[in-house]
Amino acid sequence: MTSTPAAPQGPLVGLFVTCLVDLFRPSVAFAAIKLIEAGGARVEVPRAQTCCGQPAYNSGDRQDAIAIARQVVETFERFDYVVAPSGSCAGMLRVHYPRLLAEDPNFAERAGALAAKSFELTSFLVGVLGLSKVDAAYEESVTYHDSCSSLRELHVREAPRRLLASVEGLSLVELGESEVCCGFGGAFSVKYPDISTAILDAKVRDIIGTGASTVLAGDLGCLMHIAGRLAREHAEIEVRHVAEVLAGMTENPAIAAPRQKR
Amino acid sequence: MGNGRQDFKTDAAHALADTALQKALQNVKRGFVDKRKAARAKLPEFDTLREDARAIKDHTLSHLDLYLETYERKVTESGGSVHYAPTAADARAIILKLCQEAGAKLVTKGKSMVSEEIGLNAHLQAAKIEVVETDLGEYIVQLRGERPSHIIAPVIHLNKETIEADFRRAHHRLPRERRLDQAQYLVAEARKVLREKFLAADVGITGANLLIAETGSSVIVTNEGNGDLTSTLPRMHIVIASIEKIVPTLEDAMIILRLLARSATGQEITTYTTFATGPRHDRDPDGPGAYHVVLLDNGRSEMLGNEFADMLRCIRCGACLNHCPVYGAIGGHAYGSVYPGPMGAVLTPQLQGIDRARDLPHASSFCGRCEAVCPMDIPLPDMMRTWRERDFARGNPPFSERLFLKMWAYAAKRPLLYHALANAIVLFMARRAGASGRLSRLPLATAWTGTRDLPAPQGRTFHSLYARARRKGRP
Amino acid sequence: MSAPEEARAAVLDRIRAALGVASLDRARRTAVARRLERHPRGTIPSRATRRGEERVALLTDMLTKQGADVSRVPTPKEAVGAIASYLGTCNLPPRLRMGADRVLAALPWREAWDIERSFGRAEPGDRASLSRAVVAAAETGTLFLVSGTDNPTTLSFLPEAHTILIAASDIVGSYEEAWDRVRAIYGQGMLPRTVNLISGPSRTADIEQTIVRGAHGPSRLLVLILG
Repeated sequence: MTSTPAAPQGPLVGLFVTCLVDLFRPSVAFAAIKLIEAGGARVEVPRAQTCCGQPAYNSGDRQDAIAIARQVVETFERFDYVVAPSGSCAGMLRVHYPRLLAEDPNFAERAGALAAKSFELTSFLVGVLGLSKVDAAYEESVTYHDSCSSLRELHVREAPRRLLASVEGLSLVELGESEVCCGFGGAFSVKYPDISTAILDAKVRDIIGTGASTVLAGDLGCLMHIAGRLAREHAEIEVRHVAEVLAGMTENPAIAAPRQKR
Repeated sequence: MGNGRQDFKTDAAHALADTALQKALQNVKRGFVDKRKAARAKLPEFDTLREDARAIKDHTLSHLDLYLETYERKVTESGGSVHYAPTAADARAIILKLCQEAGAKLVTKGKSMVSEEIGLNAHLQAAKIEVVETDLGEYIVQLRGERPSHIIAPVIHLNKETIEADFRRAHHRLPRERRLDQAQYLVAEARKVLREKFLAADVGITGANLLIAETGSSVIVTNEGNGDLTSTLPRMHIVIASIEKIVPTLEDAMIILRLLARSATGQEITTYTTFATGPRHDRDPDGPGAYHVVLLDNGRSEMLGNEFADMLRCIRCGACLNHCPVYGAIGGHAYGSVYPGPMGAVLTPQLQGIDRARDLPHASSFCGRCEAVCPMDIPLPDMMRTWRERDFARGNPPFSERLFLKMWAYAAKRPLLYHALANAIVLFMARRAGASGRLSRLPLATAWTGTRDLPAPQGRTFHSLYARARRKGRP
Repeated sequence: MSAPEEARAAVLDRIRAALGVASLDRARRTAVARRLERHPRGTIPSRATRRGEERVALLTDMLTKQGADVSRVPTPKEAVGAIASYLGTCNLPPRLRMGADRVLAALPWREAWDIERSFGRAEPGDRASLSRAVVAAAETGTLFLVSGTDNPTTLSFLPEAHTILIAASDIVGSYEEAWDRVRAIYGQGMLPRTVNLISGPSRTADIEQTIVRGAHGPSRLLVLILG
């Protein structure tokens, strides 16, 4: 552990697991907990959470999105901070919940308050907890994909790179076009699969073009999308969530990788 | 033509398989994107100008009726005439009548998206008036009987071999052995062919990038100079413009013009920016004797009062198209609308109705790049989402989609049920994937697995693992 | 089709209904009138604040990048020489169309006695023309030409080669300053039939994004800065 040990009065963080991490890759959440605690905060994981509501919101089902938003506000407002290992979910809480609940006199202000203390994981570690390095090693060449929400809704770009720079043995190669979408877009990936895959292929070519052995990102949706295509194309590039590398928890198989580590 | 869902998906699939189109679309991504970036870097005040421009438009739109009245008064004072057209049909009828009153047999046209929106050319041609597009790109799509595929670069989807073939077919009287294998020869031929039309035209019709209330002027921007030959040589100049094009003053116009070309093509300014005010003055040796402006509503006034009002700030620069990964993958024709890309995804449902155009706001990953580059700060993804809400409220999504969403929402609102179901599902999927770590086939998921493997879940949900760890005393 | 008055009323009424305002709202009318009268300026790029020789250099640089040929001529005699030699460079016969512009008429044309000058609007056979700009904005190398007998608009578009004369003292930094000059000539809220802002020769990139000169307007533009 490199930073101050958790003081008894350290801020209390509610971990917003995200539905994808919950279902597909719990190791990401465990890594997030480890990192937040290393930064001197305490973490709790309320059970009464399922999803941030994006599937409903982006499908035009505003009513269900509002209902879920209320649920999240109620569950998380008691914490000092809410942290999600996902730019899109953090963006939902920070940017969209206040809009969704603007007309609700019982929730409008509470949504605003929650938004102000909700963060994507790496920006929380660097921006709030003041972490500038992590205690981890990863001897690989790595490229980093910025999710659209992280980049454009939350303006997160430097935080993950700052922390990755401190990972021993890791060399970072930037993508030619890190600002371009990977084509996931939630339900878009299955509603318009041809277009989604075409966009994905451009991202995959970019990733392969960096020569990196690993691609990281802060959003599991993007990562599953990228990993799914790399696997289908038999490209030998490992795909992981940035939290796993930063927490030094890379013993699990990478995303879409077989159980024996190659 | 955009008759519904089937057309978009089919057209998009064709576009994805069209290797020539895919190659041409690289020009959009490499060219316009990089050039805009460079132009912005050369102008430190770029982002401040965007704030100015937004404020100008917001002020104007909230006083639109008064600025239109002022504009109309100034046009009339300068010897021109203003005609209000509530609908596309009104606009077509007005313009046809003006052309017929002028005894027009030949009409030249400057590039005008609004004229495409109202289907003007076909209407005039049905009345036996020859209509010739003079913007080179528009001329080419006219020869091909196509729509432009981009609001700024109409033939970005074509390569020069295709254009050569079009010219040989259309200009069949010219010597067969002539060279047309380079862009310069094609341009030289177009110049010659169209010069005859410019000189012979009875009426010239242009759009307007801006209308200026202070002086009663219409503004067009071109690089070719075709708009000027169209508006100067014939005896009548007709401007067709939608009502939201108006700005108060010359200063306001220049603020917007500082952003337009830079956002569109990365140029500092277009070669020609022309301010036309009324017909020629008595002693002018050239210029049209008559000047008419047709102000089109066609849904704009409705937008002023609904959630899409911000869209009225659009200056038609095309930056959103250039930066959109969906447009970059399928090009403009697949949208089945005069207006493609993100701005088209917002505007087309207003013009065609959401039932007909529902694919457009749905076919977006909401990456947000359009909004990020829009010089007028238009929240395009939010408005696409609003269309999705309207679409959902009308019950348009397929039954299976609505059912799946309802079931999902039902569970998502009930954490205990959700967690139990989630555990079961991921266990099933993990078992099915086995040691491979991935699923290349999965019932109900063929839309994904058609082109991508699905990474296998780790086997248990986080919540169940966390609860187990806590029971064992680990934090 | 609606009658004109009905159509006008329909559109304006719909706008007012959408905005939730009344036609006779005094405050709104005053706001509009005031803004038109004041015509406030927005952000002016800092590059437009360069003065003197720096400003001329900016104009020259912009125009050159946009494909124009630019020449500084200290005296009217050299201006005439530059025009003659430009016609030669463009491989054009020594024939020039121009308007009634007095400054252009007063150039020492005897110094280029073989140039055959004709006057008035451009004719289809004209291959070269000469105009004068009333003002130019250095910020993007943009020349302002106004219609009328002095410099007919067609001179700027029909011939292959166009020469525009601009006095160095008529070069300002920003578009805003340029429009103030135009306003000083024509009065507030009034403009001639055409004001052309010209920033280079005609071009198109429509074919495979390849830039080609002379799409419909002049393929060559010479800007002569006099003084």
